[in-house]
Amino acid sequence: MIETEHITKQLAGRTIVSDVTFRCQPGTVTGFLGPNGAGKTTTLRMLVGLSEPDSGEARILGGRYRDLPNPGRRVGILLDASAQHAGRRGREALAVSAKTIGVPAQRVDTLLELVGLDETAARRRVGQYSLGMRQRLGFAHALLGDPEVLILDEPANGLDPEGMRWMRGLLRGFADRGGTVLLSSHLLAEVDAVADRMMIIGGGRIQAQGTRAELLTESGTVVEAADLAGLDAALRSAGLATHRIDGDRRLVEAEPDVVARAALAGGVVLRRLAPAEGAGLERLFFELTTTGARASSPQTDPIHPELAGATA
Amino acid sequence: MSTTTLAAPIRVNTAGVHARPGIGRLAAVELRKMVDTRAGFWLQVATVAITVLVVIIRLVVGDAADHTFASVLTVGVIPAAALLPVAGILLVTSEWSQRTGMITFALVPGRSRVLRAKLIASMVLALSMLVMSVGVIAAGVLVASPGVDGTWSDAATLIAQSAVYLTAGMLVGVAFGMVLLASAPAIVVLFSLPTLGSALASLSFFADVAPWLDIGRTLDPLHEEAMSTTQWAHAGTALALWMLLPLLIGIWRITRREVSV
Repeated sequence: MIETEHITKQLAGRTIVSDVTFRCQPGTVTGFLGPNGAGKTTTLRMLVGLSEPDSGEARILGGRYRDLPNPGRRVGILLDASAQHAGRRGREALAVSAKTIGVPAQRVDTLLELVGLDETAARRRVGQYSLGMRQRLGFAHALLGDPEVLILDEPANGLDPEGMRWMRGLLRGFADRGGTVLLSSHLLAEVDAVADRMMIIGGGRIQAQGTRAELLTESGTVVEAADLAGLDAALRSAGLATHRIDGDRRLVEAEPDVVARAALAGGVVLRRLAPAEGAGLERLFFELTTTGARASSPQTDPIHPELAGATA
Repeated sequence: MSTTTLAAPIRVNTAGVHARPGIGRLAAVELRKMVDTRAGFWLQVATVAITVLVVIIRLVVGDAADHTFASVLTVGVIPAAALLPVAGILLVTSEWSQRTGMITFALVPGRSRVLRAKLIASMVLALSMLVMSVGVIAAGVLVASPGVDGTWSDAATLIAQSAVYLTAGMLVGVAFGMVLLASAPAIVVLFSLPTLGSALASLSFFADVAPWLDIGRTLDPLHEEAMSTTQWAHAGTALALWMLLPLLIGIWRITRREVSV
């Protein structure tokens, strides 16, 4: 269980995290999404006592992190895979932490095997590791104390596709066994496949949170046309709410046949017409985290105005 | 990639199952961290190698009459005295420069306990290096000048004083590391202090206070001669200024400010 209540943090006069409230339940994976600089890392640092909130409270397993007698045995942390001594061998880096939190040395080898670092890699110095290897070492480090809670900052960074799939399996299994997982990412796709719940942070505030289904109650339609101006005009005159996805695609809040009828009425030739599925989440993420997005696309009206700022 | 899974269900720990890591264990970890990196390992190897070299040279050149324990010790502890403070600096600053502080202070949120462990580990390393230096010196003296009159005079006093010399020097390094939190500036400041001290001492204004504050001048007698009460007083005041004060500032700062590494 991870909880925060209205945590706020200012650094150098700038508000980095503002009134952030959330709760991660045991047995779930929560994705913490937001662009770089949105306040994800600062929030995670406050969870584990490396930083103190100016106001509000962060609790892990019912109390403050710093009050846990031996936090390494209950909370696994991967805040930055590169935060390891470059001159220390991979196995030794784990052994030092194992000694600190009092887990037997054999567990180091178990975890090296689990994360796929072989004997050669384990003997190399961390300075020679690729980013992907550091992430794997970071995972091993987080799991060292056999924790109940995992807090991972951008853990997918540097992982290859196989490593990503492995990570998802690991986190899913961990949550299914009753663990609590909070992982951050600036890429929706990394989190979308594994998270039960998502929180989207932008500008230091939680913009939306909920299950995937809650965030995407609409069933929109993605539509593409060569004559975009004509398409926009046709959709507008049919009174359909439309959102830009990217340069030449539109997400329309209507069923495909309604959209097709509007295009027919406007005499626009369609290149593509399909149910929205993931595109809606992508747009929502983009819209909620980019301040300029709404202003630059006047035909957009947000689908879920009630989600903005919702923290319940 | 391994298909191993951690199959056991997540246990729900009850309070008290996992005790806080003891200060002894933390100190052992900090000691290990001083020697398990490439830099740390070679620093210790260099200390031993240079000590052996210095002692051999001292015994090869010069009169046999100079080959007393006291005279060899005067130069024999210099390698340890010069390099231990560097290990002390790195013990603290590497948590920032190598960013391991994120791990260290997350595993042990009580930062003052980490710092206490580092101080204990520093003293243990300093005393280990004392044992090494004295061992090398004594072995050299035994081989080079067996049975010379007065070979072992003042040995116990000088060993005890060298213990203070090495430990204090090490802690000065730790203290500078804590205040500056960056390896290069801390090392530069540490090594320029004695030079700065003697430069200031040449100014008439400082001439009177220099014997009390110049860290190089006040600590050197520790490994050169059996010290008088006045000399101890000089060493004590210099250490209060250069060891105790930066230690207190460093501890105050690290335990209060954000761990930004």
